[in-house]
Amino acid sequence: MLELQILLIFMIIGALIAVKAKDLLSSVIALGTVGLGLSLAFLILKAPDLAIAQLVVEILCVIILIRATIKKDLPFSTSGRWFFNTIVTFVFLIVFLSFAYFCIKDLPQFGKPIMKVSQFFLNQGLRQTGATNLVSSVVLDYRAYDTLGEATILFTAVVAVLAVMRRAGRKK
Amino acid sequence: MSVYFLCLVLFCIGLYCILRKRNLIKIIIGIAIIEYAVNLFFVLVGYKMGGRAPILSPGQSIVDMVDPLPQALVLTAIVIGLAVTALIAAIAMRVYEKYGTFDITKIRRLKG
Repeated sequence: MLELQILLIFMIIGALIAVKAKDLLSSVIALGTVGLGLSLAFLILKAPDLAIAQLVVEILCVIILIRATIKKDLPFSTSGRWFFNTIVTFVFLIVFLSFAYFCIKDLPQFGKPIMKVSQFFLNQGLRQTGATNLVSSVVLDYRAYDTLGEATILFTAVVAVLAVMRRAGRKK
Repeated sequence: MSVYFLCLVLFCIGLYCILRKRNLIKIIIGIAIIEYAVNLFFVLVGYKMGGRAPILSPGQSIVDMVDPLPQALVLTAIVIGLAVTALIAAIAMRVYEKYGTFDITKIRRLKG
């Protein structure tokens, strides 16, 4: 999986640029490259549905963030206990990564998943649901209540965005 | 093994961004990076070496398929991530209108 590792390193570099850039617009665009790299990684990992969804969502996300940042750039302040905070953050991240390194060893090997439930879906999916795409058979039939909850969250978020951004009835 | 670790490094970059940056937009970017890392981790756990996409079609020579269950759940999580990002961005824009800054240390007045 050399191509996957190269793509992941590309995504890490993009994320570093997004974190470190001084300009807000360029850091939003660097976030867009990370998301498009993720879409390619889904394609390599044999998940075409996810690649399409990630592509659309990433473009929408970049558009929303550019709308939020445009003409609102401001300098970064580095006052306060800058040195102390940075040291504490790095110590925390190093402890987290070392714990994670030991926990990863207990996971199943990469490329050999435990497929107890999924083997049932793969064997019975076509007969029970009639869908040839097994991902959509899981999304829309076996776990349809999850999808209903997702639609609920989506509508709630849209209503909340409209309520937050509404101009009428706002106190001057 | 190393693929998992690179994915966790991506997670840690997002965590650093959330912990250390004071700009609201940078914090949103950090949350988005963490979302990407977690979604990628789920799909990595479900990958089967040499498998094909979980779509049935006649005349295929490869028998193994990758795990469809994490893919279905991540498909839900991606859309919820977009909704959450849009909501946080709307709140950040509203905060900017009210206080004139994205800096979280300067947003201190509690007025209704």
